Formats: sequence, structure tokens, C-alpha cells
Amino acid sequence: MRILIPIKRVVDPYAKVRALPSGEGLDTAGLKFEINPFDEIALEEAVRMKERGEATELLVITIGGSECEEQLRKALAIGADKAILVETSAPLDPSAVSTELAAWAKELQPDLILMGKQGTENDENQTGQRLAAKLDWPQATFASKIEKQSSGFQVTRETDLGEEVVAVAQPAVITVDLRLNEPRYIALPGIIKARSKPLERATPKTALTVKVKTRSYANPPARGAGIRVNSVDELVAAIAAKGVL
Amino acid sequence: MSRLLLIAFDESDLNSCGGFAAALGLPYDALLLSGSSAVGGEKIFQAGLAEIPTADTIAGLLAVFVHTYSHVAFVSSMRSKDLAARIAGILDAAMITDAIGIESPTTFLRPMVAGAVIATVDAEPPAFVTFRPSNFAAAELTAGTVVPMGMELAPRSQIVKASAKTAGRPDLSQAKIIVSGGKPLKDAATFESVLGGLADALGGAVGATRAAVDTGIAPNELQVGQTGKIVAPNLYIAAGISGSTQHMAGIKDSKVIVAINKDGDAPIFEVADIGIVADLFDVLPQLQAKLPGARS
Repeated sequence: MRILIPIKRVVDPYAKVRALPSGEGLDTAGLKFEINPFDEIALEEAVRMKERGEATELLVITIGGSECEEQLRKALAIGADKAILVETSAPLDPSAVSTELAAWAKELQPDLILMGKQGTENDENQTGQRLAAKLDWPQATFASKIEKQSSGFQVTRETDLGEEVVAVAQPAVITVDLRLNEPRYIALPGIIKARSKPLERATPKTALTVKVKTRSYANPPARGAGIRVNSVDELVAAIAAKGVL
Repeated sequence: MSRLLLIAFDESDLNSCGGFAAALGLPYDALLLSGSSAVGGEKIFQAGLAEIPTADTIAGLLAVFVHTYSHVAFVSSMRSKDLAARIAGILDAAMITDAIGIESPTTFLRPMVAGAVIATVDAEPPAFVTFRPSNFAAAELTAGTVVPMGMELAPRSQIVKASAKTAGRPDLSQAKIIVSGGKPLKDAATFESVLGGLADALGGAVGATRAAVDTGIAPNELQVGQTGKIVAPNLYIAAGISGSTQHMAGIKDSKVIVAINKDGDAPIFEVADIGIVADLFDVLPQLQAKLPGARS
């Protein structure tokens, strides 16, 4: 089984990010960039599938500038076999990304596309579903458990009400949620080995046309700090005074 | 022609759509996948599904159905994101996730980076939108003509097993009062008795942090935050919650935030309207006894 894992380079998900004063973008000065944490969980799951003998080849792919090589090298160190960097400096949205990924999936013919449910920068939660639609493959989103079966997967999905178990045939697109696994730390041998693994630079196969354009970025009004109280009685009085009970 | 279709999974989902429909200001219809309603727009298409099938099973039919609309909108939820993005993908249409404001029918506001930044985005129709109802002033949906709608489905992915809707407490995304807790609640039984007790006394819902869910103290559907539920109650009581950026992303629109934490330096105090540095195990039972209107 061949697994394709699309990854995204995002600004450090634990950093405090602000909009630039000009409103033209995010102020990422001095901040680190990482593999989108949900994509890292997807990659970890793929590596475990390979370790269990369920997968034979793990391909990671990203679309972006040459700076994304850093995240692809890390993915190779975690356990991917080959990385593809589709180079562009064009603005992207889930429509453009899913169209490009669909073109690659048709060429690479994976049995499974495993990816994060959303990127932590844009929080859009669209690309996996759009990709599945374009390929006309079944989809399972918000996966918290994936079991390989003879001709597909049994996936436990997180839902608004709790959980649901779905059976999906392969090839399929599965997007992963936080509780699927805990990604490993990268061991030194992995980092050294990753240097000799193939990283292909490619040009986009599609026009990368965006459907949604971001006009400006702004910081939301901050919530002002409130009051501190020193006893439960004061707390009760303060809550009651707000008139929200 | 500009026209909005609201797609709702059930009546309560549809009932949260009035504010968005009014703010967009276009004529509108509704498509109700399950249940029935006399309000919802000029036409209320009722599919009458006994169970909502997987997104890949119904998206194809819906993609054909929606093609005359300039806008197709859903209340933001896990299931709506699952479905809306699949239909948008089939149609290669624009999609705005988690709209919180409307400047014009082609310009929307949406949060990104866990709500730290608000983006203004432009999208040409046809546009799919999932929106957060609490960011739009409540408005009634108009009454209309009910149109029964048959759906012949060819199943793709199959649901093997699903959790049932639990009756009792209000839904987190619609609750007026939420009592929420983190890891200091220790275990599932303590979480339920301490937080659940106060929530029930106030007629509210129970929420949890990611840490509480990850450690098995609380079920996943109670998670509040960037990747969990976005809530906007009148009163949010955060007990033993330090206040990560990801958690704050889910509670910022609460009217009043009360923080109870032993650590006076916890970031939650920076956003709380009322804070007390104290042990939640001392405070919560007393609140239950002393808050006006709380049933003991």
C-alpha cells in the first residue's frame, strides 16, 4: 500500500501570532515554522502503518516556496521515503491546493491519502474533503483511530456528538484529528538517513487558481482584564451583578 | 440571480440560521435534511432522512441541487465542514469557513490562527459558507412553503456505529451557561460530579479542555477550543483551566468569563471578567449552594 501525505508549513502553532500593522499579512518575524501539527499526526500514523507492514511506501508532498524544504526534510527524518516540493510563490487556498494535489494523486496513484483535518494557520478544514471530491474517492474526516482492512479502512471519527465508526473503501482520503496518535521525537539516525533520501523539486501541474482572496488581516479587539475577587461570597455577588444567571 | 440556500441537518440547526440569513440580506430557501419546520425561507425543502448518511454519500446529490444558488450556508460544526467542503470541491466553488461577519455578499470576516487574527476575504459566487451563529444578531426565519424532497442515495462510506445524542444537558454551542474544567478535575467521576453538579444546578452545559479530553477525564465532544467547539454563552465558568491560546479561541465570544484557578499567573485571568485565585474543589460546591437561582 502506497500512502501520500500532503503536509503544510505553518507558523509555530504555539506562538502568539499577530497581524502586520499594514494589514497585509501575518507578522511572523522571529517565529519558527513547523509541519502543521495535524499533518505530523497523519505522517506518524503512516509511519506506524509501514512499521506494521500495512504500508510499503510513504510519499510526502507540499506546495510552496523553497523554504518548505526544511519541513520536507523533517518529514523524511520522521520516516517518509520520498518528498516532493511543488514550487510556487503564488497565493494558495484550499481550492488551488486540492486541485493540484488531485493532479499529483492521479499520477502517483496512492491507495490512501492521509492528512491533517486543518492547517493551524488558516483553520479552514477544507482541503481533504475537496481533494476526495475531486478524485471521487470516499472520505473519512476527524479520524481518531484507523484500522486497515482487506479492501479499505475502518475509521473511528470524532463527531459533534461523540464518535462514529465508518467503513471506507480504498483508495480513500482520511483527515486526522488530535487524538489519533502522539508523534514521535526524531532520532538522530533518522536525521542522518533523511539527508540521502530523495527530495524532488517539481513545477505545479495546475494553474493554482484561488477562489478565495484575503484582502486584509486584523487583530481582534482584546478582551479587557476584569476584576479579581477574594472570597466565594464576593464571587457570587460579582456573578449575580452581571445579570447572566 | 443572488439567492441563499441554508442547509440544516435538523430543526435546531435550522433555528440558528436566522441571524446569518438576515445579515446576508438575500432572498433565501432552506434545505432540511432531517426533521420538519414551517419556517426557514420562501421554500423549505424537507429531505426527511431518518439518519444523516456520510458526506461522500449525499454530497453528489446536493451538488446538483444547489447549482441555482449564489450562496449555500451551514451552521459551523464538524459535520457541516465535512459535508460543505465536499460539495464545494465537486463544484470547484469558493468556501468560507467559520464566517463571523459579512461586509457584502462577496466579502466576509473569518478568524484564523486560533482566532488571533481576523481575515477579510473576498469570494465570488457561488460561495459556500459555514458560519458561527453567535456572531450574528438573532433574527427569526421567515415562514414558507414546505416542499418534500426525495433523495435516492447510493451509499459510499458506511456508518458502522455512532454515538447517540445524549439528552439532558443543553448543546455546548447553544448553551447560555457553561461550566468547564481541565486536568485538575483528576478523573471522569470527579469531573462529572463536580462540574456536572454545578452545570445541572444552573441548567447549563459542561465543557472541557483538550488536556482533560486527552487524558480521558472528559469525552471528546465536550472539548472547547480551536479544534473543538466554539462557544458563546452568557456565562462561562472556567475551573482549573490555565487558558491556552487554543482554548481561548473557543471562548472569546462568551459574555462573562469567570476564572477559578489556584495559579494566580494563569493566562486565563488576562481574559476573565471575574477571577478568583482559589481551589476549584472549594469554590464550585459553594457556588452551587450560593448562586441565586441554582437548584441544589
